[in-house]
Amino acid sequence: MSTLSNFSGWLLALFQLALFAMAAPLLAGWIKWLKARLQNRRGSSPLQPYRDLHKLFGKEVLVAETASAVFRAAPYIVFGATLLAAASLPLLTVKLPTAAIADMIVMVGFLALARFFLALAGMDTGSAFGGMGASREMLVSALAEPAMLMAIFTLAMSAHSTNLSSISSWVLNEGAILRPSFMFALLGLALVAVAETGRIPVDNPDTHLELTMIHEAMILEYSGRHLALMEWAAQLKLLLYGVLVVNVFFPWGIAESFAPGALALGLAALTAKLLLLSMILAVSETVLAKMRLFRAPQFLNLAFLLAVLGLLSFVILESGT
Amino acid sequence: MSRFDWLSELLARFEDEHILVRRGWARRLAPAHLLQIDAEDWGKAAAEAATFGCRWAGLWGEHLEEEIQVNACLVFKGDYLVLRTEVPAGEPLLPSHTPHFPGADRLERHAQDLLGLAFGDHPDERRWTRHLAWQEDEYPLRRDFPVQGHAGGETPPDGEYPFRAVLGSGVYEIPVGPVHAGIIEPGHFRFSAVGERVIRLEQHLGYVHKGIEKIAVGRDAEGVVRLAGRISGDSTVAHAWAACQALERACGVQPPERADFLRALFCERERVANHLGDIGAICNDVGFAFALQQFHRLREIWSRRSGERFGHRMMMDRLVPGGVAVDLDRGAAETLRTDHQALRTELERLYDILTDHPSLEDRLLGTGRLSAETARALGCTGYVGKASGQPCDIRHHSPYAPYQRLEVRPAVREEGDVMARMQVRMEEILESLRLMDELLALLPGGEVRAPFHHPGKACEGLGMVDGWRGEILTYVRLDAEGRLAHFFPRDPSWFTWPALERIQLGNIVPDFPVCNKSVNGSYSGGDL
Repeated sequence: MSTLSNFSGWLLALFQLALFAMAAPLLAGWIKWLKARLQNRRGSSPLQPYRDLHKLFGKEVLVAETASAVFRAAPYIVFGATLLAAASLPLLTVKLPTAAIADMIVMVGFLALARFFLALAGMDTGSAFGGMGASREMLVSALAEPAMLMAIFTLAMSAHSTNLSSISSWVLNEGAILRPSFMFALLGLALVAVAETGRIPVDNPDTHLELTMIHEAMILEYSGRHLALMEWAAQLKLLLYGVLVVNVFFPWGIAESFAPGALALGLAALTAKLLLLSMILAVSETVLAKMRLFRAPQFLNLAFLLAVLGLLSFVILESGT
Repeated sequence: MSRFDWLSELLARFEDEHILVRRGWARRLAPAHLLQIDAEDWGKAAAEAATFGCRWAGLWGEHLEEEIQVNACLVFKGDYLVLRTEVPAGEPLLPSHTPHFPGADRLERHAQDLLGLAFGDHPDERRWTRHLAWQEDEYPLRRDFPVQGHAGGETPPDGEYPFRAVLGSGVYEIPVGPVHAGIIEPGHFRFSAVGERVIRLEQHLGYVHKGIEKIAVGRDAEGVVRLAGRISGDSTVAHAWAACQALERACGVQPPERADFLRALFCERERVANHLGDIGAICNDVGFAFALQQFHRLREIWSRRSGERFGHRMMMDRLVPGGVAVDLDRGAAETLRTDHQALRTELERLYDILTDHPSLEDRLLGTGRLSAETARALGCTGYVGKASGQPCDIRHHSPYAPYQRLEVRPAVREEGDVMARMQVRMEEILESLRLMDELLALLPGGEVRAPFHHPGKACEGLGMVDGWRGEILTYVRLDAEGRLAHFFPRDPSWFTWPALERIQLGNIVPDFPVCNKSVNGSYSGGDL
């Protein structure tokens, strides 16, 4: 690869990361708007999350007297780690220089780091809600992470790589073949994504009930730019899982070169795929009630089971070919 | 079955226990019977009444001259019996009813805080209504306490309430409130939990104590009814009606029949509006926002119609002593009937969705069970009682005008869980719609307001109305000039709040909001 194309590659990688960060609030706002329409409400504009973030960044930060340095540092670490996790995903194109570090294990690790600090921050102020939220988050993640890794291993075994770009490219080259292992892994990963991003039926992103919260309970004590970063990180995570599902399982349309036309097509394809995915999410959130907290393990066990089935069906049905 | 055919049997039992009934009045608090007994027999009488199967419906006291008069209300087969006794103000000792009727707990502690009554064998002597707004040795309902209170500046925060601690490894406490995340009233909840399982819930209410009983003193009848309409905003019609009833019975005023019908119409409208809101809110508390939006839309349409037809969205101040303040014109009846039909059509579809929704069922079925025994022991009425097999509905069991002319069918369930409390509400909405259609069909003509006269001597009266939360009991006493001497409104929440403490036991912490919403006690109605 020439120096020039390498330079433009890095530039594109940065652009892609900026796009990721800037688009995340839009996806959250869009899903909210869709849900409002499905409930026969007019709903706030899909751009509302941008206004909220702007408002929060301009507000004074209040920190509880009992809070330690962890509480102050956590928003930056959580946001930073989530952003780095996002950087490892192929968004518009698969051929970026960052593809070398686009490893799934790394991504899961960054997300785990973010979650670790989120839970610590929840417990830091000593409020009962933060502690409850942290304990629930850990309950969910302890079960979600193995399921996620299992789903990822299924992909990795097919593509002989844990590199996300390579998997995308591999799926593109293989063409549209119905693979039982991928179907199972997709279902497992979708359930994990719902749990990890705090959506119904595991958590309710719109609730004001402090006793039922998971994610919101951990960030109850945050205000101002700290809260903005936490909210933004949550929106990033939602987009991250969305992109993971659409670009790894259905990578068609993603740019395989840096040509402007290909990139534009990649953006259009991504938007269309995310639109479809968000509609599925909005509909399911509208028709489902939230599960009782102790059902969450069953839900995630199902995710794990599906992922294991994916792995098995790969071994039994596909590995010989 | 004739009224009070059981009373002679109870009196015989009193006699066996050497409980001396000093005097009895059948008319003075009609339709209730009034019995005067000695203070030392107070506890024994409650024990007898409890074994007899009475429901305990309230306790209030009044500082007269040298003595404090205490009244307790019992209900059996829809008949009301008031026990009365007097204790010297200097030494106001009285046996407690709580060992026999657990529902008496908070009302006795309320009387202890406000009147200085001391209940000898009360299992819980902690303060209840009293926070830190007045001194330990001051009793606001005593005659020497000024209505405007003592200017003590800002009330200090009440952080010293002695909650009962639960000890054991892994037990932790979660303090919630008094300020909550939603726009609701203030109240403190203290959970003791192991993991997510609640092993004890204790409430601390009284944050919206307004001194209703004290500021009512000296008002005229109209002023009292206005005040009653502000005890609990969501029950403004029912509380105002109970106050009107008590005043009218005290003074022997007969409101026109048309006024009775309109009062019932307002009261049923209030029931429908609140039940609609509650069903939506219950669903929302388990993350099913669709139902919230739909039911709140229906409620909003309903309230707007109330505002348009009766001049107030919640129909506050539409009831006045002697009748009602607004009439219904001929065209309005037709509009309302069309509304009822439209609501029925919409509800049919929504009920289909709610009753056949596995993920909703999963959350509501079996959650927050209140056993029939507990509901009976606490004296729960309304949807909380009905969902736990207590068919108590005074519109049916001791009908007052105009319900004698209608056949009210109480919705009763046995399960006692959140789902049952929601289903009772669903059925009550349909029943109310039916009743309102009948009310409109039978609506007599004529005046809507009779002149309110005071008989020129001291008098007292008792009002009982089935509000949307359950039975409201209101006592009034007027002095010789027609001014209010004592006012006591007893909201059904006095008995459903303690029920919530028991409902939550064994349930998990995140299920509390939905359990709470299914009970939906009034903070303001009980804090007085």
